[in-house]
Amino acid sequence: MSQTPSFKTEETGSGFMFSASGDWTVRQAAALGAALDELSAARIRGAQVTFDLKNVSRLDTAGAWLLDRTAERFLAQGLTPRFEGLRGEFQTLFDTVQANRGTCPDTLHDMRPFAVQLTARVGDALLATGAEVHGIVGYFGIFLQALWRAVKSPRRLRLVPLVHHMEKAGFDALPIVCLITFLIGAVIAQQGAEQLKRFGADVYTVNLVAIIFLREVGILLTAIIVAGRSGSAFAAEIGSMKMREEIDAMRTLGLDPVEMLIVPRVLALVLTLPLLTFIADIMGLLGGAVTVWMLLDTTPGVFLVRLQEAAGFWTFGVGLLKAPFMAIVIALIGCHCGMKVTGSAESVGQQTTQSVVKSIFMVIILDALFAMFFTAVGI
Amino acid sequence: MKDEAVIDVRGLRTQFGDHVVHENLDLKVRKGEVLGIVGGSGTGKSVLLRTIVGLNRPAAGRIEVLGEEPSMLNEEERQALEQRWGILFQDGALFSALTVAENVQVAYREHLKMPGDMMDELAALKVRLVGLPIEAASKYPSELSGGMRKRAGLARALALDPEILFLDEPTAGLDPIGAAAFDRLLKELQQALGLTVFLVTHDLDTLYATCDRIAVLADKRVILAGTMEDMMASDHPWITEYFKGPRGRAAGRAQGKPG
Repeated sequence: MSQTPSFKTEETGSGFMFSASGDWTVRQAAALGAALDELSAARIRGAQVTFDLKNVSRLDTAGAWLLDRTAERFLAQGLTPRFEGLRGEFQTLFDTVQANRGTCPDTLHDMRPFAVQLTARVGDALLATGAEVHGIVGYFGIFLQALWRAVKSPRRLRLVPLVHHMEKAGFDALPIVCLITFLIGAVIAQQGAEQLKRFGADVYTVNLVAIIFLREVGILLTAIIVAGRSGSAFAAEIGSMKMREEIDAMRTLGLDPVEMLIVPRVLALVLTLPLLTFIADIMGLLGGAVTVWMLLDTTPGVFLVRLQEAAGFWTFGVGLLKAPFMAIVIALIGCHCGMKVTGSAESVGQQTTQSVVKSIFMVIILDALFAMFFTAVGI
Repeated sequence: MKDEAVIDVRGLRTQFGDHVVHENLDLKVRKGEVLGIVGGSGTGKSVLLRTIVGLNRPAAGRIEVLGEEPSMLNEEERQALEQRWGILFQDGALFSALTVAENVQVAYREHLKMPGDMMDELAALKVRLVGLPIEAASKYPSELSGGMRKRAGLARALALDPEILFLDEPTAGLDPIGAAAFDRLLKELQQALGLTVFLVTHDLDTLYATCDRIAVLADKRVILAGTMEDMMASDHPWITEYFKGPRGRAAGRAQGKPG
């Protein structure tokens, strides 16, 4: 049904004749374009070129565009183009194409030297980080304000969403937190026992597990799991609400999005992360206890006694004390990223990823700061 | 030639679970005509469009598009057939990660081996053809207004110079001036490019301004397909209310047609 398009040229008295035939459609445009490029590069002499189109069976915008472009090139070479055999419907198409030709504006290719681009990117990243920190600190202030308002008139504290988020971010996270901390507790005990055995100090495995878990690993693991589970969920929920203009709708109805969305989420994490951390600590110790029982025949009773010797209240307290701070950081970053979403679905995805990356990063930075602080105060 | 059906739907039934949307639906779209599909909300206008282009699987019946049955074709033949039609979704459905020009070029990149400068110029042609300023070509969909997104979606639908154009409520959400301009554009393009247009719409002005024939969906099937005069002559209560209600009369007067 479809006919291969082709053209041939022949010299006439005053110039030459260009006769086209077949289907001049977008499907063949690439091949035709290449052949036409060759033709117009060949620099034909003469005064006139006649395009004979009476044998063209089909013509679409791409075909018309090709012919028009070729005619234009001949014109630039000093030949006058003329069209012949243009049927009515082709003529309309031709006029439409001719009227609408143009070139795409360049999609910003960076032409600056590499060193400049690199410096610019570093500078941009630095400024963006500054703006980010500024933004999150600002959100912390807004959160405190809203919290203060809620303290003054407790009616403004949204209890239902608070409980809902506590369930989703806290209670629903229990299985994964328990499983992971139990396994990591067991692994630490197993690796520690392996190393300490060489010095005959394998009884200290209990100390190792207790201190490392209660001080650092329990809270870190929990915070990272919660950042991945809930920080991202906050960003995605608020982000898609932002995208669908729900947040704007709230504002116009006189509802405060900070009070409705951010305060319950931050509070929920502040309340549940310490609880989760407590359970994580227990599960980690349990994992350690089971492992030393199997590997070193340390019975649970002995484990408990050694545990009491190894870990004082502050070993446990140091870990737990960090939890609310990390909760605030995770929740605020999640909410902040959600509020930064603009128009597109792509932006929701981007901000969700960003919230996880940033909150895990901040959790680790915070942990390092706390480590320095606790060393300084001597606990 | 004039009466050649490019879309032929016979005895179509579509259903989602127990919910039957179409039952024993027949519809013919002739070559080179603009067919408007109207019907109340929830009568399955968009579903019909999606079923014809193969996004929904019909429960029963036969659909023939450009002389072929999409459901009987293998992957390769289906793709070849799909390239012969273009679809404009309700909000343009532009790929948000690509610029307008790149959206138009997707088909060129995927299906045709085409040099870069040719793609650029053809994309520019399509962008101008749908009445967008050339600067819009390098913008991302999120930077465009709703009306511009629709035009950009139309440019993408026209990328491969399709024979059939499916439009899902092209003027919904546009201001009256923008909608009238879209109607004019549609008619011009349809004449210049020789398109067959399958148009789902709620807009009476669009119906008057662009459609050669109208098909009315009600009671799970096409209850009437014909010209505006046929619609006026009908005494089906829904059709009467639709075309002779206050809005219908106003649209008719605006076009200087019976009403």
